Amino acid sequence: MAETLTHIGQTEPRPTGWEGIAADWSSDQRAFKNVSWGKAMMWIFLLSDTFIFGCFLLSYMTARISTRVPWPNPSEVFALRIGGSDIPLILIAIMTFVLISSSGTMAMAVNFGYRRDRRKTAILMLLTAALGATFVGMQAFEWTKLITEGVRPWGNPWGAAQFGSSFFMITGFHGTHVTIGVIFLIIVARKVWRGDFDTGRRGFFTSRTGRYENVEIMGLYWHFVDLVWVFIFAFFYLW
Amino acid sequence: MAEATANGLGQHALHAGHAHEAPAAAAHADVHQEHPIKLYLVVWAWLFILSTCSYLVDYFGLHGYLRWSLILIFMILKAGLIVAVFMHMAWERLALAYAIILPPILVLVFVTMMIFEADYTLFTRLAFFGSGP
Repeated sequence: MAETLTHIGQTEPRPTGWEGIAADWSSDQRAFKNVSWGKAMMWIFLLSDTFIFGCFLLSYMTARISTRVPWPNPSEVFALRIGGSDIPLILIAIMTFVLISSSGTMAMAVNFGYRRDRRKTAILMLLTAALGATFVGMQAFEWTKLITEGVRPWGNPWGAAQFGSSFFMITGFHGTHVTIGVIFLIIVARKVWRGDFDTGRRGFFTSRTGRYENVEIMGLYWHFVDLVWVFIFAFFYLW
Repeated sequence: MAEATANGLGQHALHAGHAHEAPAAAAHADVHQEHPIKLYLVVWAWLFILSTCSYLVDYFGLHGYLRWSLILIFMILKAGLIVAVFMHMAWERLALAYAIILPPILVLVFVTMMIFEADYTLFTRLAFFGSGP
């Protein structure tokens, strides 16, 4: 689909660069030429989700700038005592590596999907789901630890009261996204394993036949979850 | 789209160089993203390295502008790698890339507004509450 059909049925190559943007958007057809509707809609959903997380991080920034009380030092708050010494932020670092690894396995699952390697695709997707579940588990551990130490949305023992509300809001919403992603991954992995995308079996909810592109669309969501964590890690935990 | 080849058995060009233009893709209705596995492993390794670097920023307790600029640099590099390679944005047509990537950048305008607003809130708190909350 790298070509445009003219009125006399001839095809000519599509322009690229700025000319390509103008041509695609003004073509009186669909603007996203070689992207299926499923993929385009996932991208647009992710764009809207970007704004949601953007607003959370913005409100966190505003709260942190405008408070007169010192902000709790995340390096100390999230330190773990391992082998008799406090290691700063170690749990968060491990969570970051776990999520990045899950993104890596997901990218490879997409690749094997397009090679129609059913078995490897499903195994890699389940591995991604397992890493995602591990991440959520570690987050639950982190929440438990902070709650027992007295962190509440309205206050904490170390400083500015807004720390708790920002923390629970941002990481809670992100954890929810990861959890939904894990469920979504298991559903798609089951379809791949069963060979739905080879046999053209119709989905139970949409009654549509799926394609291996569904794995890539699933992957877009999963990479987005990892992407959001990159920003949360930088702004909430490291700043 | 330089590397995107049409889907099909045995067509997963393991040898595909980055400048590989695929005229074969034109014949198919869907253009799929197929790249050598090595590309993903390299990006994965880089994400690990960059994450370790940003963790070390905290571990060594750097602060001030050095800390903030390093955090932002590592963050942007990681985000760029994930979007460009893992999410295949580097191979999409610019019409999609600009539609998705430009709007979030405009959030920076909102950030600027809220920095002024938060500074003003802090100023009023200092001026009217003294040492209060």
